[in-house]
Amino acid sequence: MYKRLQRTLLIALLAALPATANAELNVFACEPEWAALAGELGGGLVEAYSATTALQDPHYIQARPSLIAKVRQADLVICSGAQLEIGWLPALLQKANNRNVMPGTPGYMEASSYVLRLNATTDLDRAKGDIHPQGNPHIQTNPHNIAVVARILSDRLQELDQVNSRYYDDYFEKFITAWNEAIIEWEERAVDLVGRRAIAHHRSWVYLFDWLGIEEVANLEAIPGLPPTAAHLGKLTSEFSAGGADVIVRAPYQHAKPSEWLSERTGITAIVLPLTVGGTEEATDLYSLFDDIVARLNGAINDD
Amino acid sequence: MRTVILSSTVLVLAFFTPAISQAQDDDIDALRAAVAEMRADYDSRIAELERRLAVAEQNAAQASFSVQQSTIAAAPSTGAPSSASNPAIGVVFQGQARQTDASGSDEEEGYLLGETEVIMQANVDDKFRAWLTAAIALEDGESVIEIEESWVEATALPAGFGARFGRFASGIGYLNDKHSHQWDFADQPLPYQAFLDGRYFDGGLQMRWLAPTDLYMELGGEVLQGEGGGSGLESHSLFANVGGDVGINNSWLAGGSYLEIDDSTSVSVAHFLWKWAPQGNWRQKNFVFQTEYLERRDAVTDKGWYAQAVFQPFQRWRFGVRADELDLDVDSNDPSRWTLMMDWSNSEFSRFRLQVARDDDGTDTSNEWALQYIHSIGAHGAHDF
Repeated sequence: MYKRLQRTLLIALLAALPATANAELNVFACEPEWAALAGELGGGLVEAYSATTALQDPHYIQARPSLIAKVRQADLVICSGAQLEIGWLPALLQKANNRNVMPGTPGYMEASSYVLRLNATTDLDRAKGDIHPQGNPHIQTNPHNIAVVARILSDRLQELDQVNSRYYDDYFEKFITAWNEAIIEWEERAVDLVGRRAIAHHRSWVYLFDWLGIEEVANLEAIPGLPPTAAHLGKLTSEFSAGGADVIVRAPYQHAKPSEWLSERTGITAIVLPLTVGGTEEATDLYSLFDDIVARLNGAINDD
Repeated sequence: MRTVILSSTVLVLAFFTPAISQAQDDDIDALRAAVAEMRADYDSRIAELERRLAVAEQNAAQASFSVQQSTIAAAPSTGAPSSASNPAIGVVFQGQARQTDASGSDEEEGYLLGETEVIMQANVDDKFRAWLTAAIALEDGESVIEIEESWVEATALPAGFGARFGRFASGIGYLNDKHSHQWDFADQPLPYQAFLDGRYFDGGLQMRWLAPTDLYMELGGEVLQGEGGGSGLESHSLFANVGGDVGINNSWLAGGSYLEIDDSTSVSVAHFLWKWAPQGNWRQKNFVFQTEYLERRDAVTDKGWYAQAVFQPFQRWRFGVRADELDLDVDSNDPSRWTLMMDWSNSEFSRFRLQVARDDDGTDTSNEWALQYIHSIGAHGAHDF
């Protein structure tokens, strides 16, 4: 009887195994760009899951049961950090009971900790809106940042799965060579964008603008994180009706109305840019993300 | 002699030059073109190399910054002020103006200062986290500080286990461990008010286990001090929660729980929650349906339930309706109520709510209005589902 129970248990265990046998590491990424990067660097050994889609504002996500269940099974949690996920990630970590991904362990990584963050401030008055004291968290819009995070992420994968260290190293070398070549190409294609002036819905693009030499002349949000007001849009209309800006930019999850309204009155082209992988039909991976960003910006400039 | 040779060479050259130049013109052009091509090629190669160098330099600059960062903070944490040595402190301000047309109501009217919640929390070290909620309130003109929650949580248990000890809100039901500033209405539903005195707080130990599956499955249990004198630790609870997503727009949570207080009273709760947001983009538009059924048994069995729906059609504005009812064993007058609410939030830190309730206590009906405010400052923890 006891033996039979043992055998049944063994069979049950074996039946449960194949589900986890494929991937060595489960990566829980807060945003699609980090899931895509983990996929590039982990080859077949990494199973990457993104908690958000490109059509969601990663600042406002519910700490859903499905996400807690995913964190419970993760070997590595990678997020942008700089308080982007402050409204939901702490709740996931607290409920997931997974000590391997708690802050301070190798299984927890905040990508923005490793790049030079822009817009950091010590003025933390909430009257000024959604303030990120550690700087702007949307670091993924500069491909040089992706290159830096790739090195750190690959190191983490190797630390967590030491047996396959060489494998991850090979994938990293392959990725970084291709990535640096791609950067050259994007920079070549974006030469006409240098010195152009952009109006952004939210301060989502400071790293992109910094990279391409675009000047951010205004935001549609009067106060970061709060919806654009009619008064502020009116002010922008009079300010830019005689030119002064080349393009109005928003992310797919931001309301279209304010930028279309301003575009109609000023004649400045309004466009949607993918903020991350999946943000547009064209942006299906990290490479096509930047292909599409550069193409759409060029398109808007040539429109004038 | 020399001059002769030289001059003759010049002569010969002079004689042949037109022909040579004629014959080699094409070759020189070709050579020139080749040189130009080579130069262009080199130029582009050099430019290419320069660009590569620039990319490598920029990556290296970023990388050296990142190395610098990681030596400053060997293990970059949440980085939030909450992980600095000072605890994250937040204060929630609440109050309301209330009016009722009930005759002989013993409920207070006019302006009422609600509980002011002071929340402090931080990691104790790498294995523990502590949380304090102190409620400051005015009772009969006197300031009272009540310790609502004061607990420590083990964050480094293996195999999906979590433990909390101290005084806390029991994990039973859905609303029981939600702070009053998280409620969708200005007051608790009738069964919570009647059976759990609002929320059931107690001291003791809570254990939770989360299954390693894509379907969220949480099991929990508590050993609690209980309300009576006795020898203590005479209350306990068990609870289970399951939840998941349906597509990208919907998510749900369901659970059942059982609480036994002092071996004499028991409360059973079943809850179900459905949340909808287009694209899962909560901020713009969302809808929540929530219902709970409670049963309290001591000498008699009392039942109660509520169901509520809250809709946010656009940013900042929410509208809600709630029905709640008690089915009391002894009292034949079963109270029931309809509540409508509307609230406006300037940001995630401030909210005003207008609420109208039609109360039927079994014999009379009355109306109640409330205008409530909820404002919070300082660090504010992430909210549960």
